[in-house]
Amino acid sequence: MSRAVEQSNRAMLRARDAMDRAYADPLDIPALARIALVSEAHFIRTFRATFGETPHRYLQRRRVERAMAMLVETDRDVTEICYAVGFSSLGSFSRTFRQIVGESPSGYRSSRSAGDGPVPSCFAKAWTRPSSFG
Amino acid sequence: MNAITRSQLYVLDQDEALDFYVGKLGFEVNTDQDLGFMRWLTVNVPGDPQREVLLEKPGPPALDPATAEQVRELLTKGAIGGWLSITTDDAHKTYEDLVGKGVDITDEPTERPYGIDFGIRDPFGNRIRIGQMFPRA
Repeated sequence: MSRAVEQSNRAMLRARDAMDRAYADPLDIPALARIALVSEAHFIRTFRATFGETPHRYLQRRRVERAMAMLVETDRDVTEICYAVGFSSLGSFSRTFRQIVGESPSGYRSSRSAGDGPVPSCFAKAWTRPSSFG
Repeated sequence: MNAITRSQLYVLDQDEALDFYVGKLGFEVNTDQDLGFMRWLTVNVPGDPQREVLLEKPGPPALDPATAEQVRELLTKGAIGGWLSITTDDAHKTYEDLVGKGVDITDEPTERPYGIDFGIRDPFGNRIRIGQMFPRA
């Protein structure tokens, strides 16, 4: 029986869900580890073993995914979007966005147009979120 | 063909599943019968008994113990693929109700091109979306 694995998985998923839900909040490792009911070091290690990437990277991708949507679907300026998705400086937002997406936020905005077709956008966003896995 | 009448979700514990789907989401028990080899447990949205969701516990004889363990591990990390999309007349009201009941929220109510919807997670790892849909053009 692997009840321990199941409980650990579910706890890690609860912390990951918190990142999906509250991506704009100043979520840090202590807060996420509390949600998962484990120590900070254990949390980072276990999260990575469970989902294949660090919690920090997962949160970055979630925030960049929301930024990508806002860039295409709204007229808000880049700085406003940067803070709206939870980054605390424009520099780190631009650097992270470019690293993950391959182009700048404003470049991305001008190269895309709104609309995902007939798919619920929660699905489209989850599947078009930049990947950590190639 | 004309309708999807039954679908299935894996759950770790059928009593806990009843607490959640009936006690918190407000579904009705459609059928709860011990068939000997399995407990056939289905629920439906109130007033819609034509569409049942089977709450199935993975295990023998349908699955060997090692496979059942893999299913449970994937389920609890949110990767087994169980998914329900449910409609409501008032997404914000339903959201407040479920928050009050301590349900895990994965996504706050958001206005999207097709309606207002939000996401929750069942106690086992299955994804559920609840949406107040705009009329289709």
